[in-house]
Amino acid sequence: MSSSSDQTRRTVILAVLATAAGAAASPSARADEDQPGSDERPQKADVLVFAEGERTGEVIKPEDLKLGGPPVRAWPKDPKTSVVRKGSRLNEVLVIRLDPAELDDETRARFADGIVAYSDTCTHAGCPITGWVKGATGDKNVFKCFCHNSEFDPRQSAQVVFGPAPRRLAALPLTTADGYFTVAATFVGKVGVQQPG
Amino acid sequence: MTTKQWLLSGTVAFTCLVSTTAGAGPIENYSPVTSARLENPEPGNWMLYRRTYDGQGYSPLDQINTTNVKSMTPVWTFSTGVVEGHEAPPIVNNGVMFVATPMGQVIAINARTGDEYWRYKRQLPDDLFQLHPTSRGVGLWQDKLYLATTDDHVVALDAKTGKVLWDTKVQDYKKGQYLTLMPLVVDGKVIVGGSGGEFGVRGYVVAFDANDGKELWRTFTIPGEGEPGHDTWSGDDWKTGGGSAWMTGNYDTDTKTIYWGVGNAAPWPGSTHPGDNLYTSSVLGLDPNTGKIKAYHQYHQNDSWDWDEVEAPILIDLQRDGRSFKSLIHPGRDAIFWVLERQADKINYVAGWPFVQTDVWKGIEAETGKPIVDPAHKPVMGTRIEFCPSLWGGKDWPSAAYSPKTRFVYVPANDNFCGGFTGEKVPLVPGQLWLGTKPEDIGLKVKPGADHYGELQAWDPATGKKVWQQNYPKSQLFGSVTATAGDLVLVGGTNDRMFRAYHAKTGELLWEQKTNSGIMGMPVAYEVDGTEYIAVQSGWGVDAQRIQDALATTNNIGVENNVPQGGVVWVFAVKK
Repeated sequence: MSSSSDQTRRTVILAVLATAAGAAASPSARADEDQPGSDERPQKADVLVFAEGERTGEVIKPEDLKLGGPPVRAWPKDPKTSVVRKGSRLNEVLVIRLDPAELDDETRARFADGIVAYSDTCTHAGCPITGWVKGATGDKNVFKCFCHNSEFDPRQSAQVVFGPAPRRLAALPLTTADGYFTVAATFVGKVGVQQPG
Repeated sequence: MTTKQWLLSGTVAFTCLVSTTAGAGPIENYSPVTSARLENPEPGNWMLYRRTYDGQGYSPLDQINTTNVKSMTPVWTFSTGVVEGHEAPPIVNNGVMFVATPMGQVIAINARTGDEYWRYKRQLPDDLFQLHPTSRGVGLWQDKLYLATTDDHVVALDAKTGKVLWDTKVQDYKKGQYLTLMPLVVDGKVIVGGSGGEFGVRGYVVAFDANDGKELWRTFTIPGEGEPGHDTWSGDDWKTGGGSAWMTGNYDTDTKTIYWGVGNAAPWPGSTHPGDNLYTSSVLGLDPNTGKIKAYHQYHQNDSWDWDEVEAPILIDLQRDGRSFKSLIHPGRDAIFWVLERQADKINYVAGWPFVQTDVWKGIEAETGKPIVDPAHKPVMGTRIEFCPSLWGGKDWPSAAYSPKTRFVYVPANDNFCGGFTGEKVPLVPGQLWLGTKPEDIGLKVKPGADHYGELQAWDPATGKKVWQQNYPKSQLFGSVTATAGDLVLVGGTNDRMFRAYHAKTGELLWEQKTNSGIMGMPVAYEVDGTEYIAVQSGWGVDAQRIQDALATTNNIGVENNVPQGGVVWVFAVKK
């Protein structure tokens, strides 16, 4: 990436951050869903914003994530148009900061400074992952879908470590620049459920 | 219509498209299904959820019986290619079997040979959130069949080809509305009830014209403003109060009344929805022509335990206490074996007693039938409350059966594990779970020293006495029961993957067969070309799996947790 494009990108991110607080308070979900692009999958250079809580809509910064979890629920946001991509629940992701030393090579290569993001849609029956709890096997916390008890280890590309889920969660690669992180590429893997043949 | 709306409309239309694949079909000489056939089905057919409108789950076939069942052996099997809980009974109409599976599939099979005629695959939306990814079967009428889907549609298929004839959207799956039940067909009306109580919906029962899918009536299970019973709710709680009606109803052909079970109130802690909360945790008597509520009985008030009472009561002509009456029999999730009297426009409480251990009820008011709650075991906000039985209750949705030969009711029960949670105020977000507690705070506790969990019980409803009981040391029992005139009681439901036949009079284990997975499905009996067959789907998942996961991680009680998933239709006969 050239230095000019770096500058452009940085300018966009800063602009987004500057407007985030105001944006968080005002737009309704319906208004966002009606905006073009709100149901499109995350795109390269999107930022991630809080999906819930008092800071809903604000851009998530690395320092907002506590090392070791819990994960934060997030929507991608197009920094150019300010459209939050929450028109489809398949766009919601879990973003978490983990010790890079705990990540396997594939995960470490794909994500930024121990900050990893995955689709929150379970690959078993499409329920949302809502838990960060000690796994059924082992002593470490894992992502858990309480619908049917599937568990995923975010340190190992969110592979299935317990339960009926047939495959790992789709990953959303991230990159960091200027103290922020953004989406580096589209989802790796299919989001959600694969229908039986 | 805006561009956005047009695009959304197109998306909905696309997701409703289906694929059908030709197998050995099309089916020739299909036997049209009429009201007369449904009201008095031939002994060799199983065309309703529980074979007959009274919901007894009884087959008059006796070719396979207590003397020869030991020689029963598989004659064909059929892999569905689908995982998760296979809960539907194989529906059989004169040699043609229809099997519904999770993920919205229907397979038409030659019931004698196991050859596939056709398969319907619903293309479910990618963003569908399936809390209960299952189907409990297809309803039949004339030369059509009807499937209720988890993306909240009712679909009519040509029984001979699998071709889609109509497809009616019921409500919006994105708001937590879904369907899992087998439609009840009464006089050309396809009647279903909605699921979604855990998403803060308002429950309902709805009827569609069997010919074209046009909605005929819709009755909400929670009364709105101006309707009787509305005053049992506070404020706007009724709008999101649950009351799902997600199991198939039964039908009294004499009084023209359908009886429908209604689920728990939402969210779970009762203090979040003060009042009795009609008609949650109740049975409704409905006019099938209009949907008008003719009668009701609420099993327990202000539900706080997730104890929905969705299985419709069994209709039995009963002699008790020196009189004969038409009864409704309901072994409840609330641990009480209920005996009610059905009249044309009224339901009377007759008797009730706990059929598993419970610490929630101190007794039952003799005049009203209202159970008396022990407040120490009623969940509240901010404090963890334990109660017995667990939130899956003494008996969940898997069906009990009644044999008019033995006059016993056979109950798939669970005992010796309790539950608990801490009530928490949770904002309602449409389409997301709304339990009134954190999912991770739900737990099971087993009773110290317990030597079993699942129980198959046989009760005499005339005397209130338990006749026999089988215990399962390391498993819950989570499967429907079927009785036959061969004095057999058939049931799976355990995590050892077994399908079993018991002596209906004594409870003696007569036969068992290990299957591919665990059996949640409903066994049926049917006859083709003079041979009796027993059929059942084996395919573990959903709540049977949830209970097992919980038991397996509770106090190291030795429960195995390795039941493989994947559905197979098993068909058995006796070697000649």
